[in-house]
Amino acid sequence: MSLPATKSDVVVAGPFKPRSAAIVPLAAQPRRFDPRGLAIKVAQSVLPPLVVIAILLGLWQAAFSGPDSSLPPPSEVWAQSRDLIVEPFFVHGSQDIGLGWRVLVSLERVAYGFGLAAIVGVLIGALIGQSVWAMRGLDPIFQVLRTVPPLAWLPLSLAAFLDSRPSAIFVIFITSIWPVIINTAVGIRNIPQDYRNVALVLRLNHVEYFFKIMVPAAAPYIFSGLKIGVGLSWLAIVAAEMLTGGVGIGFFIWDAWNSSRLTDIIVALVYIGLVGFMLDKLVSFLGALVTRGTSSN
Amino acid sequence: MTAYLKLDHIGKTFTRGSASTEVLRDIRLTIDKGEYVSIIGHSGCGKSTLLNLVAGLTEVSQGAVLLENQEVNAPGPDRAVVFQNHSLLPWLTVYENVNLAVSKVFSGRKTRAERHDWIMENLTLVQMAHARDKRPSEISGGMKQRVGIARALAMEPKILLLDEPFGALDALTRAHLQDQMMEIHARLGNTIIMITHDVDEAVLLSDRIVMMTNGPTATIGEVLDVPLERPRNRIALASDRTYLRCREAVLKFLYERHRFVEAAE
Repeated sequence: MSLPATKSDVVVAGPFKPRSAAIVPLAAQPRRFDPRGLAIKVAQSVLPPLVVIAILLGLWQAAFSGPDSSLPPPSEVWAQSRDLIVEPFFVHGSQDIGLGWRVLVSLERVAYGFGLAAIVGVLIGALIGQSVWAMRGLDPIFQVLRTVPPLAWLPLSLAAFLDSRPSAIFVIFITSIWPVIINTAVGIRNIPQDYRNVALVLRLNHVEYFFKIMVPAAAPYIFSGLKIGVGLSWLAIVAAEMLTGGVGIGFFIWDAWNSSRLTDIIVALVYIGLVGFMLDKLVSFLGALVTRGTSSN
Repeated sequence: MTAYLKLDHIGKTFTRGSASTEVLRDIRLTIDKGEYVSIIGHSGCGKSTLLNLVAGLTEVSQGAVLLENQEVNAPGPDRAVVFQNHSLLPWLTVYENVNLAVSKVFSGRKTRAERHDWIMENLTLVQMAHARDKRPSEISGGMKQRVGIARALAMEPKILLLDEPFGALDALTRAHLQDQMMEIHARLGNTIIMITHDVDEAVLLSDRIVMMTNGPTATIGEVLDVPLERPRNRIALASDRTYLRCREAVLKFLYERHRFVEAAE
């Protein structure tokens, strides 16, 4: 496997001066492209879910094809909601827009609410991870508050903000902040004494300690909190939008239900699932990027 | 003559709730500049506590640590510590680990280029310049410890504190690092305090060996001078009479007069 690569290195290195030859092969070494291996790999991960989806669709079609079935079969979903499926970004009027736009509106709310929750959550988590008394005082309260379902916060936040947009953002914030706080606190309590000693010997100040030791050392914990948080906030936005209205994907489902467009709801569900999946993967990817090396010691 | 480092009647009592344990009592020791002093004793005798007191990581209960006649009671880069388990930050490369110390200690005193040269100089000193872009998880235990030493040396400490620096390494790597430590000491003339539980290591490296009695309430039992010429060669010393005499003295202290009684725990 490595033999041809070594051979081509020599060929590449030949015309250069010996000094640079040591560097060039490393930098210019092409990644070996293996179409066959790649195709097999892709097939191995893509084919099984495709087969399962096809089977499920078939079963669904068979089960709901009768004239008096309560739910539409896949063929009807395709027939009635094809525009939503094939064209995510159409605009036919202020309330008649593609699901892609609606998802983006919802994502924007999630970005505000979850972004705020991430920043505030890490700071509060750092505080209660550092201080035993803050931990003792705040932890029981957090443990109670985190079990409150997202929608239970909505009436209060509507009363407080008098507007649906900040209310929805607040609901996302308050839903997703708890796992961030708790995981950050645990991560910071688990920072090895050795790292603290290094900081002490170097006389790092609080800001330096926070950014150079605390955050990187607790990063694996912080990111597992963020991952749970982003999932929760996606759950919360759909529920919140059903009640607050607007143009989000959640309201779309509610609206479709009120006008008996069941096929549209099914398409929207698929969108929500796919976006939630992508959000999860995005946070995982960021986490892997930031914490490379930290967890493997 | 005033001593470089003076441990003046130091005692340490740990208090937890109503229970208190006196770990160290009445430690008196003076160390000259450039001296290599080892502290040896059975486990649990408080030698690590003593090192932490000098480092300032633990507060003294009685007495004082005086460095150049100044009392020190907080940790600082003038007393750099090489920890037993290297304690490099795993998310930083070898270079960045040393840089963390250098940029903190020399900020404002050295330019960026000077700091870079200083980092590379210290990495070269421990023969780790080739691995500057590796992360700690990618290098061996002995290499990590060398980087730990480079990081400590890069702080230009007045005193280098080594907490069983070679304890976790295999015998061959340990011997190699001991030789390197002797070279560095010869070249830079650092003042070094080293905790160890290895008799040969203590005799080979030290100018003086401080032997601790068993804890609790441990204190200095005896201080042994090691009058061996430097540079020292471990093979030549293996049959040297002074070396063997020193070795025997330490062994006698540890295993005849202050045998470790496990039942006492």
